[in-house]
Amino acid sequence: MKVRLKVKRTDPGSNEPRYSSYEFEAEQSVTLLDALIHVREYEDGTLGLRCSCRSAICGSCAMRVDGRARLACRAKVIAITGGDEDHEMVVEPMGNMPVIKDLVTDMESFWSKMRQVDPYLQPAQAPPANEEYRVTNEAMLDLTHTMNCIMCGACVSDCTVLEVDKNFIAPAALAKAYRVAADPRDGKEHDRLVKYSEYSGIWDCTRCNMCVEVCPKGVAPMNRILQLREMAIEQGITNNAGARHTNIFTKSITDGGRLNEVWMVPGSVGLFNIGRITKEMPGAIRLALAGKMPFNQVIPPGMPGSHKMKGMDRVRNIVRKSASLKPKKAEVKSS
Amino acid sequence: MSALKYAFWPGCVSKGVAPELYVSTNRVAQVLGIELVELDQAACTGAGVVQEQNPELADALNARTFAMAQQLGLPLMNICSTCQGIESMVQDKLAKNPEYLEKVNGVLADEGLRYTPGLVVKNFLWVLVEDFGLDKLKAAVKRPLTGMRFGPFYGCYILRPSEILGKSEHPARDKYIEMIIEAIGATPVTYSGQKKCCGFPILTVNRENSLQQTGNHIHEAQDLGADALVSPCPLCHLNLDAQQPAAKAVTKYDIEMPILHLPQLIGLALGLEPKEMRLDHHVVSTKKLLDKLPQGAAV
Ligand code: SF4
Ligand code: SF4
Ligand code: FES
Repeated sequence: MKVRLKVKRTDPGSNEPRYSSYEFEAEQSVTLLDALIHVREYEDGTLGLRCSCRSAICGSCAMRVDGRARLACRAKVIAITGGDEDHEMVVEPMGNMPVIKDLVTDMESFWSKMRQVDPYLQPAQAPPANEEYRVTNEAMLDLTHTMNCIMCGACVSDCTVLEVDKNFIAPAALAKAYRVAADPRDGKEHDRLVKYSEYSGIWDCTRCNMCVEVCPKGVAPMNRILQLREMAIEQGITNNAGARHTNIFTKSITDGGRLNEVWMVPGSVGLFNIGRITKEMPGAIRLALAGKMPFNQVIPPGMPGSHKMKGMDRVRNIVRKSASLKPKKAEVKSS
Repeated sequence: MSALKYAFWPGCVSKGVAPELYVSTNRVAQVLGIELVELDQAACTGAGVVQEQNPELADALNARTFAMAQQLGLPLMNICSTCQGIESMVQDKLAKNPEYLEKVNGVLADEGLRYTPGLVVKNFLWVLVEDFGLDKLKAAVKRPLTGMRFGPFYGCYILRPSEILGKSEHPARDKYIEMIIEAIGATPVTYSGQKKCCGFPILTVNRENSLQQTGNHIHEAQDLGADALVSPCPLCHLNLDAQQPAAKAVTKYDIEMPILHLPQLIGLALGLEPKEMRLDHHVVSTKKLLDKLPQGAAV
């Protein structure tokens, strides 16, 4: 099988990347990592890449292929090209991190964010004398996805918020945050949730699913972020725009059946946050001028006269009855 | 071939702040002979937001919508990437948890509704390509948009997680907008932001980040010569169109890019009048774009 690669090359200290193209014959079963090692051994010894286990365990070989982060050792060439021998795979280093050389990135910010979430258990009490801590199987099963993380950085590479905000704590560290906060042995759950709810934390994620898509280990970091949000709201940590947004949104559905768009902004940023609301005024006026403002939604959800969809009494019945679906505390919370 | 007919979930936004989407969908469906039976008593999908606080409520409301479609014996069509993503996610969750599904059906029982996994749920984008067909669409074109350049903007939830969005059966779903643009005679402009997030979900949480995302995508597509962007998601449309002036102020990029809903683009190619699709009700003016229309139609 013919393999065609176009590899982004960056020399240490240089800001001017270039691309090198390679073409050679290889077995059908070849992985992208095999192909790159072939290049380094036989075509161009100066190619910089990082790898160790070659079996999706160590997490050293994440890089971008055709614009998407993958583990090179887990990506079969034939799966990337769909068997099209003319397909030239574009191989680049991970995004959202500085490049040291070629496909090798500097993961310092990855690790510093990991440290930022205090990624270790802080038990409230010592285990019973001469015993270990006991936890239920369910609780640990719920944490298994998160424990599968191999710290490869693929999710961080492709996170769409990190692209515009270097301070965002980003998916891998927030998944780790869930792993410790949801562990029954941890005694700092509340403090953690307060901290994770701050700016640059759990509420800054757009829920774009990119990290879920690229994670090679099924950690689904975004789903862990959503679990942290649910935990934070449950613990009453709601004095922030993210939690208020969720509250007003949910209220608008339980009150009227459909979204009340007019009240989303004031309901989220805070009714008395005049500065912030003022910022949105020109936008609201533009909507009204374009004839798009839904004036039937001007009464806030929950107030007398607020807008209700047709058949709202039936929806109310669902709202009431669905409370019985909530898992009991001891049950596993997982998606 | 029998006529196409769907239970139609219009979503909250097309019935609220984006009436142009509702109007253009119905008009285009009518011209293409696609029959839509609107579910006027279905509730919001929760958009992933209700799920953060009360996933069980969101599951029940979506199962209810599915059951309403099943009661009509029809597949379900939506016109929002976010609705599609949430509906696919709930379908997946319910199919994988039969015990939980039974409990959810218990909640629906008062209304005589019951959801059985297996319902077909498709965004209008998928309906056009998979059910209606690009050949038929080509044949229906009255005003080929030759020479016009459109950039796709998909919206996260219609693409990811691809595993639950039918990637194995329909591997080209992440190329459908480009395929449609070509089918109606126009030229697709591909750019790196087309499958990223528009920023809308965090507009109220972190305005700067949200607007930076929107501004970046528009700027990139503009640099590559797009005349307009086209999206199957009204929430993306909100950030890309209604928030564009704000994004311009935050990013300092000199941007001006009309944003079309997918059915509006189809309608133009079908020869409909721009006004019929409320193209004069956008925040960013569509005038310059419409001046480029092959027959010089104007708003
Ligand atoms: S879902 Fe959130 S954390 Fe994951 S890539 Fe998107 S913005 Fe980043
Ligand atoms: S969450 Fe997944 S993608 Fe992110 S570092 Fe861990 S294993 Fe890699
Ligand atoms: S080389 Fe270890 S994960 Fe790829």
